[in-house]
Amino acid sequence: MAITLSDKAAKHVANFLQKRGKGIGLRLGVRTSGCSGMAYKLEFVDESAAEDLVFESNGVKVFVDPHSLPYLDGMELDFAREGLNEGFKFNNPNVKDQCGCGESFNV
Amino acid sequence: MALFQIAEPGESAAPHEHKLAVGIDLGTTNSLVATVRSGIAVCLNDEQGRSLLPSVVHYHADGSTVVGYDARKDQAVDPKNTIVSVKRFMGRGKHDIAHVEAMPYDFVEAPGMVRLKTQAGIKSPVEISAEILKTLKARAEVALGGELVGAVITVPAYFDDAQRQATKDAAKLAGLNVLRLLNEPTAAAIAYGLDNGAEGVYAVYDLGGGTFDISILKLTKGVFEVLSTGGDSALGGDDFDHRIYCWVIEQARLSPLPAEDARRLMMRCREAKEYLTKNAEAPILLRLASGEIIDIRLDAATFAEITQTLVSKTLQPVKKALRDAGLRADEIKGVVMVGGATRMPQIQKAVGDFFRQEPLTNLDPDKVVALGAATQANLLAGNKTGKDDWLLLDVIPLSLGLETMGGLTEKVIPRNSTIPTARAQEFTTFKDGQTAMAIHVVQGEREMIADCRSLARFELRGIPPMVAGAARIRVTFQVDADGLLSVTAREQTTGVESSITVKPSYGLSDDEIAGMLKDSLAHAKDDAMARALREAQVEAERMIEATEAALAEDPHLLNAAETAKIRNAIAKLQEAAAGDNRRIINIAMDDLGFETQEFAHRRMDQSIKKVLSGRKVEEIGTGEKE
Repeated sequence: MAITLSDKAAKHVANFLQKRGKGIGLRLGVRTSGCSGMAYKLEFVDESAAEDLVFESNGVKVFVDPHSLPYLDGMELDFAREGLNEGFKFNNPNVKDQCGCGESFNV
Repeated sequence: MALFQIAEPGESAAPHEHKLAVGIDLGTTNSLVATVRSGIAVCLNDEQGRSLLPSVVHYHADGSTVVGYDARKDQAVDPKNTIVSVKRFMGRGKHDIAHVEAMPYDFVEAPGMVRLKTQAGIKSPVEISAEILKTLKARAEVALGGELVGAVITVPAYFDDAQRQATKDAAKLAGLNVLRLLNEPTAAAIAYGLDNGAEGVYAVYDLGGGTFDISILKLTKGVFEVLSTGGDSALGGDDFDHRIYCWVIEQARLSPLPAEDARRLMMRCREAKEYLTKNAEAPILLRLASGEIIDIRLDAATFAEITQTLVSKTLQPVKKALRDAGLRADEIKGVVMVGGATRMPQIQKAVGDFFRQEPLTNLDPDKVVALGAATQANLLAGNKTGKDDWLLLDVIPLSLGLETMGGLTEKVIPRNSTIPTARAQEFTTFKDGQTAMAIHVVQGEREMIADCRSLARFELRGIPPMVAGAARIRVTFQVDADGLLSVTAREQTTGVESSITVKPSYGLSDDEIAGMLKDSLAHAKDDAMARALREAQVEAERMIEATEAALAEDPHLLNAAETAKIRNAIAKLQEAAAGDNRRIINIAMDDLGFETQEFAHRRMDQSIKKVLSGRKVEEIGTGEKE
């Protein structure tokens, strides 16, 4: 069971956390909503919750709630640049299909 | 596959609901667009990685346009169709623009705002600005991968209603939804996160390419209030280039250069200026069209010396803004530097010396305004909820008021009031049976209408006929968060209403505003005298009118000699009122009052008799019926 961050993603997360001036890590999660059933959550963490599972990847703490984990297990968070746009990318092996934009998905 | 940004805890947007919003710094020389990504404001770059977009638009004969760096290149070959610094023309008439004759454009005088004749047709400054905004909008939509819900666009704190409205119109034309116009200094303060910092008063010193602005902001519990503003619309980094240019011409003993040489030399001068921010000496090397070679070195000390007057010229508005805010330099807690020109060491030193502290320079002075605008846009678009809800207060630069009888100004909203604001005042009719009222909205500090700037006129009709002074007309002035004014007049008994949103025909330049403020101080005493005189004249007019009406109504109450005396007194008062001696007017009014005293008594008696006899007739009438 693991969730990992690519080097690039970890570097950007660390950078954002430093600029933000607070926060202990990154939260990944899923919730039901969106056009294909599930949607990702990507948030800063100021306080962890008791049930959170904590991973550490490339120096960044990743917090995942136990309900989300089955949908995210084995995935890698990457940071990518597409044209002028840049941001984080979920490389999730659990995904069967996703909506056109990729903001929501199905397992 | 979508690219994600990190949200604040508990604030992940639902899919497709993250609202893309940007902040735009629509500058005189350069423009930028910025957004908030993963909680941090960043400028969006073009394909070549450049964040600045030169505010230059080149029109082709087929109507197509080129904006930015490529357009700037065309400036030399096709100056007529290449519009630079269009911001200076926004909301302005031709005669509002300084050095019109020195510009290469074909200006077309048009009602409201000047137009420019290009090979693609006649273009208004709004259309030209819209081209710049369109380019930034396209860049943002590519970079963010979606449509923008809106933008916050910054304007100089000094921008008046016409210029703000023109900016909004340009955004609309570019297909942008304006979430808010934000004053540039306020945006800079937000970018520095001053809202999260210590309470106190801050100064924002903004020396751009062609304009200078100083603003004094007060921070209380994370709330911004602009205490005062000042500036010089014709002072900027370009003037420093020009000083170097003149120095080179002098040193090299050159005769006036042909246009192409002049342009290239100016470019070298600008490079030298930029080089001197980090180096002690800059080379200026140029081969002229004639084959002559300029090879000269400018050292930092000489540069500081030849630009000394420019530097101190910026400190005058600073002092004035402080005075307006009622503060001393040592009461300023921090100084924010904005604009590329503040990179010059002599500027930083002068500002540091003046405020006796190191100014804040750690953010890129070219980007700081756009970054602050992006932060605000993110907030207004609803991407951040609750806790960071701050309120922004700005001020209006000049008092707003209206014209009352005799060409006097009645101020409704005083200068430096924080906006948004609404104030109401009651006015009344001047003549018996008056059914309409002309409302003339003006902007300025002077007591006489003629010395203020006219913004708009409208009429309130349908006032029920009443004796003079009986109608109650409530005039409400409302200035919205963008600094736009709407005026409503309402007659209280009937509720008839009329209103106008001020889109003044053209605005005031910063110099004019500064000039008007200066005048108001210089003329404060004259103005008070002028006002007192005008009030006496209005009173005299009213008295003459009332007496004439009485004479016309009841000529039988007077004999020929008495009538002649009154006529004589009227004539004397008329003569006095035409002059400018208030004492003589007052004496003549007293005289007329004295001459008409007996007449007034007789009229009173007569009306009492009328009432009594009227009743008798009535009594007789009813008696007969019985």
